[in-house]
Amino acid sequence: MDEIFGIPAPLLFGQLLLGLINGAFYAMMSLGLAVIFGLLNIINFTHGAQFMMGAFAAWMLLEWLGLNYWWALVLVPIIIGFTGVVLERLMISRLYKLDHIYGLLLTFGVGLIIEGIFRNQFGSSGLPYRIPPELQGAWDLGFMYMPIYRGWVVVAALVLCLATWLLIEKTRLGAYLRAATENAPLVQAFGVNVPRMVTLTYGFGVALAAIGGVLAAPIYSVNPQMGTNLIIVVFAVVVIGGMGSIIGSIVTGFGLGIVEGLTKVFWPEASATVVFVIMAIVLVARPAGLFGRA
Amino acid sequence: MQMTRRALLGTGATAAAVTSLPRLTRAQAANTIRIGVMNDMSGTYKDNTGPGSVACTQQAISEFGQQGFNVELIFADHQNRPDVGVNLARQWYDQGVDMIMDVPTSSVGLAVNNVSREKNKAYINTGSATSDLTGAQCSPTMVHWSYDTYMLSRSTGGAMVKAGGDTWFFITADYAFGHALERDTGNFVKASGGRVLGQVRTPFPATSDFSSFLVQAQSSRAKVIGFANAGSDTINCVKQAAEFGITKRGTKLAALLMFITDVHSIGLETGQGLVCTESFYWDLNDRTRAFTQRVLPKMPNLYPNQIHAGCYSGTLHYLKAVQAMGVAAAKASGTEAVNRMKAMPTDDDCFGPGAIRVDGRKICPSYLLEVKTPAESKKPWDYYKVLQTTAAEDAFRPLSEGGCALART
Repeated sequence: MDEIFGIPAPLLFGQLLLGLINGAFYAMMSLGLAVIFGLLNIINFTHGAQFMMGAFAAWMLLEWLGLNYWWALVLVPIIIGFTGVVLERLMISRLYKLDHIYGLLLTFGVGLIIEGIFRNQFGSSGLPYRIPPELQGAWDLGFMYMPIYRGWVVVAALVLCLATWLLIEKTRLGAYLRAATENAPLVQAFGVNVPRMVTLTYGFGVALAAIGGVLAAPIYSVNPQMGTNLIIVVFAVVVIGGMGSIIGSIVTGFGLGIVEGLTKVFWPEASATVVFVIMAIVLVARPAGLFGRA
Repeated sequence: MQMTRRALLGTGATAAAVTSLPRLTRAQAANTIRIGVMNDMSGTYKDNTGPGSVACTQQAISEFGQQGFNVELIFADHQNRPDVGVNLARQWYDQGVDMIMDVPTSSVGLAVNNVSREKNKAYINTGSATSDLTGAQCSPTMVHWSYDTYMLSRSTGGAMVKAGGDTWFFITADYAFGHALERDTGNFVKASGGRVLGQVRTPFPATSDFSSFLVQAQSSRAKVIGFANAGSDTINCVKQAAEFGITKRGTKLAALLMFITDVHSIGLETGQGLVCTESFYWDLNDRTRAFTQRVLPKMPNLYPNQIHAGCYSGTLHYLKAVQAMGVAAAKASGTEAVNRMKAMPTDDDCFGPGAIRVDGRKICPSYLLEVKTPAESKKPWDYYKVLQTTAAEDAFRPLSEGGCALART
């Protein structure tokens, strides 16, 4: 059997692929954060809780209303996105004039409260959510056994990332948004309702987290801590990519997924730390991030 | 982030626990036994211990009834942190708590053991897994109730090897508990003629995706993948192993520490066929069913597992010992209270007749259980088939092998 650095080649290919899959989650989550930070200047620490709410909402739709995975994929971003809109209107919008730290503290606190409520209501060990029948099974790739569902997650994440990038960089709406971040009063003077646009942007970022939650539900245990586990890594991804950089968060998300996957083969104990080591190096060498503008 | 939040919560929880002690007059206090349930009320082990343990302890107190002295129950969250656990234990003992109950998470369980020994107070541990509690770190004031790593390894590990699973690969949580469970099980595998082909240590608690590790395990071509972890780690491992079709290809999974509460979370569709070990299952016999029916209205949407049952059984036995020796003597010395517990045979609805050994090990039969298929499950929480029963005398590590100083005298 061929070996690369003492590791059998098939195993290494398998790990690269798995890294890519995890990277898809990182990319999707950090994209939402980047959109919110880029346009609202809010460091949204509620993102993990909103990801978790997405997974729980999918579970509730299935258990309480009998609506399957595909319905969840459509309805959950709308429902959770709406909760984001309410949160932005009631609380976050009051903080735009203040320093970043206030937004960070508020969203961090709200995230803890949401997590606490879910833990009280649903316990800590989590709830089962099945892979939809259409996506069950696996392909035998020769070097590994690839679950169809994971393939679907990568495709879905790529499509979402691409669509978001196009929306913000290539459409008129995106141009308004970008303009509003540069000079809100001027854009408003042209007749654009900037506050509403900002609210909807936050709702959109939250909806991205919620879709992530629905995609994650069949893979991970649907439990109140699921967001906390992911959010810290995702923040590191955003910092490495450059705060607010859309393309940065996508590329870094996938890239770090692969780096992490390889670490799991060569030095498994360090796999939870490697992302932060990279973050520290990037912060020292390029404080604005790999894709950020200084 | 986790630490900051936990630290904040900790201050609040400790303050709440301390102020919750009602002020009693001296005469009342002298005739009142205080029991403190300390466990994880807000984190990953909340369902396995948490409010369920409090409910079961309360159940034992209610059933024991008024026997000439009062019994008071308090509880608090140790957040799985040894420093918080030690502080709580000191405060509780200083303020008149006579016995501490439960204490999951081996690192915290061991730390509280030291405080109890120092203060000469009774300590019944039902939640921690480490067999060191009755080994090198055994104490005259401690009883280890429901299970330990040795019992799990012997039952699950031994049975898997006997069934032909003679090559193993471990996925191990990278901390003391995981290492102990891996070591104990590995020893059983080797002693039964099997081989350990490798292991991978996964960062704890920061891992939620185990697919890389599962693929590594699979490529080792081991017949059994042993999960030396607990809680959501085990749940995620099982779910993801099913996703990667590992069991369909004939590899067996051994969940070395799994509770019925975890099975509930995994779901029977994914969990069917898994083998694990517990010393209590609610549907074992008429007595366990009767207990479960009595306690269910108090439980937080859960059926009791072996830790919860241990809280009931341990509290009941402790109170019987207090009654036999008198409140004043029990309050004066934890060692004497535990000695009296050891001298009396145990008997209750959860574990049936049993005994406590000189090293503090409460012995009871252990059950090798298999998770049912959805078709086999006929009622709520009807999750296990009993594959094999290990007698109380054989289920735990022999006295002579533990290295406990109490066993030598």
